[in-house]
Amino acid sequence: MTAAVETGLTTTIHGDRVSLLRVLGPAHVWALGVGIVLVGEFTGWNFAADKGGALAALIVCWIVGLLYTSVAMIDSEVTSTVAAAGGQYAQAKHIVGPLMAFNVALFLVFAYTMLEVSDAILLGDTIVAKAGVEGLTHNSFIAATIVVLAWLNYRGVLMTLNVNFVITAIAYVSIVILFFSVSPWTQGAVLKLNELVTPGNALPYGWIGVIAAFQFGIWYYLGIEGTTQAAEEVRSPARSLPYGTMAGMITLLIAAAMTWYVCASLMPWEYLGITYYPLWDAGKLTGSPLLENLLFIATLLAALASANGCINDAARAWFSLGRDRYLPSWFSAVHPKYRTPYRSILFLLPIALAFAFIADLNQAITFSILSGVLQYTFMSINIMMFRKKWPLGSIRRGYTHPFHPLPAIVLFCLCMVTFFAIFLGFGSQLIAMTVFYFLISLWFHFYRYKFVRRGDQFSMPWPKPQGY
Amino acid sequence: MWMGLSYVCWGISAALAAWMLYDWFKVDTTYSEAVLTSSREGELEAVSEKHRI
Repeated sequence: MTAAVETGLTTTIHGDRVSLLRVLGPAHVWALGVGIVLVGEFTGWNFAADKGGALAALIVCWIVGLLYTSVAMIDSEVTSTVAAAGGQYAQAKHIVGPLMAFNVALFLVFAYTMLEVSDAILLGDTIVAKAGVEGLTHNSFIAATIVVLAWLNYRGVLMTLNVNFVITAIAYVSIVILFFSVSPWTQGAVLKLNELVTPGNALPYGWIGVIAAFQFGIWYYLGIEGTTQAAEEVRSPARSLPYGTMAGMITLLIAAAMTWYVCASLMPWEYLGITYYPLWDAGKLTGSPLLENLLFIATLLAALASANGCINDAARAWFSLGRDRYLPSWFSAVHPKYRTPYRSILFLLPIALAFAFIADLNQAITFSILSGVLQYTFMSINIMMFRKKWPLGSIRRGYTHPFHPLPAIVLFCLCMVTFFAIFLGFGSQLIAMTVFYFLISLWFHFYRYKFVRRGDQFSMPWPKPQGY
Repeated sequence: MWMGLSYVCWGISAALAAWMLYDWFKVDTTYSEAVLTSSREGELEAVSEKHRI
């Protein structure tokens, strides 16, 4: 039945319902994942050098790369089966249970909103640093970043991710251009890795420094799991999501390696570990004004792409909570013309603005990382339960990840190491966030859950799980 | 120039925020709540969407 509703907005609604649009392909999934993450190469990862030296930053690049490869593999399998907005939230709801799902959705919203805040602050600070004008503050640039991107998200997912694809690609290509401009095959001409990273200073704090560096090593790849939020808007989730996510992870591993090599070969670890602009600084140190300006623009574009993807993902997680009545169903409204979760986008907009104006970059980054690692810990448990309840062959999977349960075990162990690293640096924030999630879980269990329509929330046409 | 750009940013932010609030009001007063919140998880798999992009 098609009930076309004609209005002053020249909108036609197909069928009885207004739903999100299925218009995205693998390239958009790549743009969403890599777009969110790539800013981590432009700032963030380098603080790992402050914790443990330049070599520690490289070691965590590889080990945390392993963590995220596990995340991408696990995520691809589960999401190719549970193709719904909300990503890991929808997975948790079907596989673990409502309380876990509620917490996972909050992890997602916090991780992405705080990352969006960090991106906006970074963009504002970068412009202020470039301008060097007395009296110029970052507030106007922060406001413009958050509001313009929220408007873009409000107007439709296809344009949002088309824009993300273009700006992410430009930022990525700038890293490649920088890499090949400094003659990476010759040491001594521009790069001086032999002089800057020596056996005497490679690991200045020993192996405990490597552990401490995990906290910021996360920045090489933080957010790649955000691709799953597009599950309800891609044309072929079973194909596009694994393809886009894996391609994104490979892209990021290459970018991370190139970034470390160039930066560690141009800057001493003492400076690399404290600068906010490692790649922009690397561009300056080459002595080429062209590279300097290219890396400045790329830093801005990477921050924009990340904030753009974060708004997209946080809004979908919040929208999904409303749709299942875990939060008031008012949040589950879809714009009849643009087919976006417009109320969720608008609701999160002032929250992001408020945090961006009052929080500092380090606090925002730490809250984002903490929520992210909590989410990855859940994913390792989730895949074990998924394979146990619905073994291979019992339901159709778009992708089956190899070597199970090794990726889940590796992911869980690396998450524990990262929690320890965060505890070393930001112990009070870790405890505060744990208490917050505990209290909000009590609120959900004893108050909110009675509003949930329990039968409606499980939407996948799966057989009963094994053992039930 | 940078101060000018800063004022332009404030202007754009205010204009777009106002537009979104206006559109939000228009949509919420044009459509019923039942239509706006009618999306259901997993339903799209079964529905053939025939829209023009």
